[in-house]
Amino acid sequence: MSEKKNLGKVLFNGIIPENPTFRLVLGTCPTLAVTTSALNGLGMGAAATFVLVCSNVVVSLLRNFIPDKVRIPAFIVIICTFVTMIQLLMQAFVPALYEALGIFIPLIVVNCIILARAEAFASKNAPLSSAADGLGMGIGFTLSLTIMGAIRELIGGGTVFGMNVLGASYEPMLLIVLASGGFLTYGLLLGLFNLIVKKIEAKKAGKEAGAA
Amino acid sequence: MNEIVNILLFMVSCILTNNFIFSRFLGCCPFLGVSSKVGTSVSMGLAVTFVMTIASFFCYMIYNWLLVPLGLTFMSTIAFILVIAALVQFVEMFLKKSSPTLYSALGIYLPLITTNCAVLGVATLNVNNAYNMLYAVLNGTFSALGFLLAIVLMAGVRERLESSKIPACMKGFPITLVAAGLMAVAFMGFSGLV
Amino acid sequence: MTLRLSSAPHVHSPVTTQRLMLYVLISLLPTAAFGVYAFGIPALTVLLISMASAVLAEAIWQKIAKQPIRVNDLSALVTGLILGLNLPANAPWWMAMIGSAFAIIIVKQLFGGLGDNFLNPAMAARAVLLASWPVHMTTYVAPTFFSGADAVATATPLVLKNSALMDLFLGNVPGTIGEVSKIAILLGFLFLLVTGTVTWRIPVVMVGSVFLFSWLFGADPVMAILSGGVLFGAVFMATDYVTSPITPWGQVIYAFGIGLIISLIRQFGAYPEGVTYGILLMNIVSPLIDRFLPRKIYGHHKEAKKA
Repeated sequence: MSEKKNLGKVLFNGIIPENPTFRLVLGTCPTLAVTTSALNGLGMGAAATFVLVCSNVVVSLLRNFIPDKVRIPAFIVIICTFVTMIQLLMQAFVPALYEALGIFIPLIVVNCIILARAEAFASKNAPLSSAADGLGMGIGFTLSLTIMGAIRELIGGGTVFGMNVLGASYEPMLLIVLASGGFLTYGLLLGLFNLIVKKIEAKKAGKEAGAA
Repeated sequence: MNEIVNILLFMVSCILTNNFIFSRFLGCCPFLGVSSKVGTSVSMGLAVTFVMTIASFFCYMIYNWLLVPLGLTFMSTIAFILVIAALVQFVEMFLKKSSPTLYSALGIYLPLITTNCAVLGVATLNVNNAYNMLYAVLNGTFSALGFLLAIVLMAGVRERLESSKIPACMKGFPITLVAAGLMAVAFMGFSGLV
Repeated sequence: MTLRLSSAPHVHSPVTTQRLMLYVLISLLPTAAFGVYAFGIPALTVLLISMASAVLAEAIWQKIAKQPIRVNDLSALVTGLILGLNLPANAPWWMAMIGSAFAIIIVKQLFGGLGDNFLNPAMAARAVLLASWPVHMTTYVAPTFFSGADAVATATPLVLKNSALMDLFLGNVPGTIGEVSKIAILLGFLFLLVTGTVTWRIPVVMVGSVFLFSWLFGADPVMAILSGGVLFGAVFMATDYVTSPITPWGQVIYAFGIGLIISLIRQFGAYPEGVTYGILLMNIVSPLIDRFLPRKIYGHHKEAKKA
């Protein structure tokens, strides 16, 4: 029972408390580059989640066999294997998405989230909880990317997931789907996230003070 | 003569029009992380320039003279990342022995560069654009100089912002991202220059 | 309250922000009046909306951020007016509103408010609007005052290369509300010089630099400085204290750079006009200029003059 509860906690950790995009600010390049639409964000998140879960499990399984000195190159080779797999899979089954994400699919290899989880979590924990950690981080990353993609698509094109939301008379603010719009949206969302977290923490502290 | 003009135009394109940071989003982690001081950002930029140039050269050779003849092009990502990791290691050892001053300036940034997506990015772009060896190496150098320009400009702005009354929730990454966004708007002026 | 710019060489007495901004407003009056005269009611509407939105955005932000409300320092009004003058007369109302709100909240207040912004708010907002709604931003009308006819959408003034120089000078050309009449701009400049609000350095070097480089790049240099927003930018936007270098030589480098970038963009770039980008890009460089060109200590150098 406690094992299960623990897994749930590990899983949840990546979604909100240590959300890779909005709390840890890792993997900024793909976050900025592919979130021009909700679908691209979702696709990128799914690809990264696949790599995260697989590499976390394999790293965890091999954690007692990899010599400490060569662990980083070994992690990179493991990650790279799964990236190449997802790259070939996407090329075969979702060619349009593969085209849209372009260079950022192979670049999942150097996404700091994945290496960071391999180093910080999977190399020290059992396969099952490593998988949960990878899945949680992956979901957190996917969720953030999809939300950011949806916001940028809405403002910059009037649509979400390709469906028209704001009507034909809406004149889209093109900037938001351009490069600078990526930086601006990410920065403003990050600021908003910080503000909300601070408010919640202040409330919690106030409650605790009241209880004591 | 014509070739020289072409190379100059290519340089403008890599540094200004298709700036790695402001239009391609490559190398954002160090751009955001190591841009708080002008001095360190110059060192980081130079280290990246150094590595990107030689990485372009070696990755070109590995891809065209090894992977293509063997029919292993799908292995390019794994081959490139190993080449880059090995190169960075080698450069670090070489600098330590030959130039301690340069090593002390660039040393701590070198290991970070392995996971800088700009390096793997430029190697992949060279393949995607089917550049010849000269252009592959130039692409490495010029794109890195574009990165250097971006990170130094950002550091200048951030040093200025140090004493500003920025709202608490925007301090750090958020304001840096907004500043980068505004800088990217300004860089749009260079579009179509080449 | 005073700006943190009191140390700049050209402001040697503590001047309140309010008085400074009042001078800028007065200097903009001829330009604004001519714009309204030439383009009619639509121009007046755009100017009023952008000014009102800028002031409102500032007040709302300061209210939410629990800061003292300082809209009476007039800086937001100036930003709104300059942005309005940078829009075409037939710009939709919501565009003027979004532009002003962006200038005040994102470019100015997020970075700490007046004196802390690293870009000129009106310029940054104009670049954002240009990237977002390029069609609205580049559909200019010819001044109704000269032709008497209804407003007709025309090409940008720089595309329309055959305008006579006199028309360019007087303002009988299509363009943004504020940039068309060179006489009105020069009147404003004169006022700014006489009151000591700005020095000649940035505007003169910038215009000279545009002259030089457009000639080098094979364009008509006289035409180059009279067309588009060169004069307007040189007098009212490039001279912004907050976003330009402090030292005299720094200002020369800055203004020279703006001219170079404008000429490059006009001659070789995708955009017909480059004044906005030239100023923004050199705004970005100015912290570095100040950093590497340290201020001289007064009394140590002969050439350090108190302007």
